[in-house]
Amino acid sequence: MTETSTAEAPVYTLEGATGPWEIVVGMEVHAQVISRSKLFSGASTEYGAEPNSHVSLVDAAMPGMLPVINAEVVAQAVRTGLALDARINKWSRFDRKNYFYADLPQGYQISQFQYPIVGEGEIHLDLGDGRTKTVGVERIHLEQDAGKSMHDQHPRYTFVDLNRSGVALMEIVSKPDIRSPEEAGAYLKKLRTILRYIGTCDGNMEQGSMRADVNVSVRKAGAPYGTRCEIKNVNSVRFVMMAIEVEARRQIDILEAGGTIDQETRLFDPTRMETRSMRNKEEAHDYRYFPDPDLLPLEFDDAFVDRCRADLPELPDQKKQRLIAELGLPDYNAGVLVAEKESAAYFDTLLAALVARTGKQPAEVALKASNFVIGELFAHLNKAGLDIAHSPVSADAGAELLALQEDGTISGRIAKDVFEKMVETGKPAGQIVEEEGLKQIADTGALEAICDQVIADNPKQLEQYKAGKEKLLGFFVGQAMKATGGKANPQAVNEILKAKLAQA
Amino acid sequence: MSVDRDTVLKIARLSRIKLEDERVEPLMGELNNILAWVEQLDGVDTTDVAPMTSAVETSLAWREDQVSDGECAEDVLKNAPVSEYGFFAVPKVIE
Repeated sequence: MTETSTAEAPVYTLEGATGPWEIVVGMEVHAQVISRSKLFSGASTEYGAEPNSHVSLVDAAMPGMLPVINAEVVAQAVRTGLALDARINKWSRFDRKNYFYADLPQGYQISQFQYPIVGEGEIHLDLGDGRTKTVGVERIHLEQDAGKSMHDQHPRYTFVDLNRSGVALMEIVSKPDIRSPEEAGAYLKKLRTILRYIGTCDGNMEQGSMRADVNVSVRKAGAPYGTRCEIKNVNSVRFVMMAIEVEARRQIDILEAGGTIDQETRLFDPTRMETRSMRNKEEAHDYRYFPDPDLLPLEFDDAFVDRCRADLPELPDQKKQRLIAELGLPDYNAGVLVAEKESAAYFDTLLAALVARTGKQPAEVALKASNFVIGELFAHLNKAGLDIAHSPVSADAGAELLALQEDGTISGRIAKDVFEKMVETGKPAGQIVEEEGLKQIADTGALEAICDQVIADNPKQLEQYKAGKEKLLGFFVGQAMKATGGKANPQAVNEILKAKLAQA
Repeated sequence: MSVDRDTVLKIARLSRIKLEDERVEPLMGELNNILAWVEQLDGVDTTDVAPMTSAVETSLAWREDQVSDGECAEDVLKNAPVSEYGFFAVPKVIE
């Protein structure tokens, strides 16, 4: 990864009665691996099926069933490690993490404790205004997801659905490098972007395919790390940011009142804006890890890692650098475009189509194309609540519109109207321009006549202009544009009026 | 290594095994016998011996990512003491 800037974010603090406190945050993100079947069984991973239908006897932990590892899941974990610039461990091992819960039929989760498949890596955050930050990744390990418990369906029973039981998860553990809610949000978003680019997790937090456990502690500047609390299962970027501040405030209040922090697991309640202790299930943390005797160590060679590397697409950081270096896009435009895989792809397609239509170099039209995508198009999609995959204007249709503008057929102002009509009617830009007679007036003679008329119609403004009120040029341009119904090239009108007013 | 009374109680609790009081002492003795028996291995010099991960010289079997199992909810639920609407129904567990 290339370091483009070294501007570190200023230290974020929360003000307490005794002065400012720093916060220290580390995150454990559980990302459901995209695969057709589960980590250790051939049952489907598809979401939203009938309860207990995507369950094999392995997932239900029937006696005598044995786990067999899914090759694709191993590849997905390696791809993720490579995308995070991380060390790939060609030898790793599965351990049993023992605990009892109704949605864990085995009585243990198969996980990787001592020897994870991926070691240290890093994630580069772009915090806006040129501020960047690198957050270390401690490790990524593979493990089984648990089933799902529903407590509110019956007065006496908890309902358990094992469809999710045994689906592969990557637990991505950060180093405690995060220092503010903003950085935590940026970390989660960036991680999600990368996982979606490389197709190893769909990043869907509402459906729970990406969940975060957030470790929070506070300290005075320069002091060692304080005791941390873990906030479990926070399921949106916004909630992560809120939970960190709420939890840090709670810890500061306790410490300033002379108390101490108990290391414990807590839950964030967004409606009451508080975190609550999960009331320590007695000795719940004694997991008694030991190597799973049903599984041999997970081993692969360099060739396997190389094949995984070859599968990787252009990553968001690389793509952003390319957009800036090769196409001359401003940092901001490039950052917005690469934030979602789909918008980056839309832009690539649109730019290629625009280049094909105009015969110009990509760098000549890239800025215009990027402004269209993150400007008009995003504004419309936001308003309509659509994502770019469901854009009413395809990348090719957008290119047609921009090409018409580029070759002078329509003015920039008219282009905005045409875009509105494209959204409304679904018709291509060329057809709209044709049907509505929106072609720019290219005939200089006609434009001159209109300008003459505008000057003649406004003797009072002409007098003021000649007396030195040159700002009135804008008024004349406006009148002339109005007279042409916006179909004139404003630049041409400007020039003609300037010359005519000087002679009038 | 040996276990004391408290450790036995703790292991029982973690394993969700209900232990009658009079069983604790005998169990402690049995567990300590097992530990002592295994501890005989400490007498072997294992310097320069790599930890063994399996008794068989073979490597982990991998399978292709194909849906080849599941879709047997009836079988899965067959042994459940209670099931409702296709779910396992267990005594309410609320944290």
